[in-house]
Amino acid sequence: MANVTLRNVRKTYPSGFEAIKGIGLEVGDGQFCVLVGPSGCGKSTLLRMVAGLETITGGEIDIGGRIVNQVEPADRDIAMVFQNYALYPHMSVYDNMAYGLRNRGMPKPEIDTRVQEAARILELGPMLDRKPRQLSGGQRQRVAMGRAIVRQPKVFLFDEPLSNLDAKLRIAMRVEIRKLQRRLKTTSIYVTHDQLEAMTLADILVVMNGGQVEQIGNPLDIYQRPATTFVASFIGAPPMNLMPLRADEIKAQFDGDSRAAANAAGILGIRPEDFAISSDTIAGGIALDLTVEAIERVGAETFIYGARQLALQGVAANPGELPPGEVIVRIPGAIAPAIGERIRAIAPREKLHLFSPDGRQRIGL
Amino acid sequence: MVEHRPWNDIIAYAILTFGVFIVAFPVYLALIASTHDAATVVGGHMPLLPGSYILENYYRAVFVGGSRTSPEPVGHMLLNSFISATGIAVGKIFISILSAYAVVYFRFPFRRTAFWIIFVTLMLPVEVRIYPTYKVVSDLHMLDTYAGLILPLIASATGTLLFRQFFMTIPDELLEASRIDGAGPFRFFWDTLLPLSVTTIAALFVIQFIYGWNQYLWPLLITTQDSMQTIVTGIKKMLTTTDELAEWQLAMATAVLAMLPPVAVVVFMQRLFVRGLVETEK
Repeated sequence: MANVTLRNVRKTYPSGFEAIKGIGLEVGDGQFCVLVGPSGCGKSTLLRMVAGLETITGGEIDIGGRIVNQVEPADRDIAMVFQNYALYPHMSVYDNMAYGLRNRGMPKPEIDTRVQEAARILELGPMLDRKPRQLSGGQRQRVAMGRAIVRQPKVFLFDEPLSNLDAKLRIAMRVEIRKLQRRLKTTSIYVTHDQLEAMTLADILVVMNGGQVEQIGNPLDIYQRPATTFVASFIGAPPMNLMPLRADEIKAQFDGDSRAAANAAGILGIRPEDFAISSDTIAGGIALDLTVEAIERVGAETFIYGARQLALQGVAANPGELPPGEVIVRIPGAIAPAIGERIRAIAPREKLHLFSPDGRQRIGL
Repeated sequence: MVEHRPWNDIIAYAILTFGVFIVAFPVYLALIASTHDAATVVGGHMPLLPGSYILENYYRAVFVGGSRTSPEPVGHMLLNSFISATGIAVGKIFISILSAYAVVYFRFPFRRTAFWIIFVTLMLPVEVRIYPTYKVVSDLHMLDTYAGLILPLIASATGTLLFRQFFMTIPDELLEASRIDGAGPFRFFWDTLLPLSVTTIAALFVIQFIYGWNQYLWPLLITTQDSMQTIVTGIKKMLTTTDELAEWQLAMATAVLAMLPPVAVVVFMQRLFVRGLVETEK
């Protein structure tokens, strides 16, 4: 049980490449923190720095009130689950779980109690004598979890633990990991590139990009109020529609809103599910005329990919200036317009997001 | 595309049978010759069926030695060969696995240089550096000793390369998991790396045992006493006679005996050996 605090943590490789550009983060006791971002954003590096597998070139990492910058991985009181499980191929399931405890010189009966308990929780009982290669992917994953549990560490670290599983198993294991963490109440840091995994698991979500934190917060807050266009497009599938707007369009659209009007231009964001198809206009909201280009039916919902025509409603069309972009609209059910049809998608004012022209800042509406 | 035609099969089998015949016939002939008495073997007409002197010939070869040409019995030579071949194989594995461990897993100054220096020794087998090596061994007073037979042949890069390639296929996460599990460098080597290397070790053992067993030039150079002779040099000495007939039946029996240990090593370690050379999945 412990807090994990990162203070201005940096990682610069000898080549001069800055992998982590100063990150501060506070994970409370028993919280589940998820680091999410595209590949190469530094999320795994950051996790490995917490584990002690990568050196820290700046800042401090504090686990349970102790600064661990110079502490060996084995002495940090952490346990890690790797993407490829990293089970010892020549050891039985039992030995895989017991190995770390034996190295610590724990008495045999206690090791046995802990391993049996972990096996019971993870339903690995009948497999304790098998070798990892005799297990399925999901079972190996569970052994890797077991190896982490038996140590009863202060912190669990997960490095994309589900990426090697097939889609169905991934969802099942995701739920299992969450349940297990709730039950053990162990502080956890989890790295993934899958935004859905991130949304469903996290108490605290950290969206990273290019070695920096884009936004930290509770997942729903981040979803509803993304701080940057990067977060807006990364969290949520399909991604938020982003449209650069000219100054006069902003003025026409957000007339009377001083904060919006203060910016000459901006980027407007609308989530696909916030649209409705209607022939009306909507007061204060936005209406887009689209030509349907593609339809994706997934059963409960349908995604419409439409080409936006010219400019916004109520703004003088200025052909050529604003390139018609693609807009994704999500509608419930399976009834959809035909390809080539012209439709109008409307969204209410409160569902609109406005960002500064460089996308780095959210402008409150 | 391979089509299944009966003629193809017949031709293929004919070629294979011919190949087997070419390889196996001299071995068969040696075996047959070792079962006849001296008069039959040197008589000019080599029989193709086994004779009745098998027990006598082998008994003499192993325990007594040739009466005139080679006073040393083969039993002792077999022991010498066995000690030096095993010594070479074990020593080489020991040195190679440690040097590969250092080169792959430790960051030290001039690591690359060290690796390349090891690599370059591939181009310097004993035959190339035989004079300097002889000088070193004789200065160290290791002529006519097992150490002299073994040590110079241990130093070579093949084993290091084989282990290095194998270690590089082991995922880094395994090392990291070990570190988190509290295993230091020695524990990681002993608990994880060594058990995983068993098949590679077996493969290297087979290769090096046969390499050591078949050494001819080096033992010939540094052994002067008959008691330190290996079996491969021993066979040759049996045939160099000045004024009388060589005892071919004993030489053949010795050759057959010399063949058996390497064959046994290959037969018993074949499964591990093949797995060690082809295994990729970890």
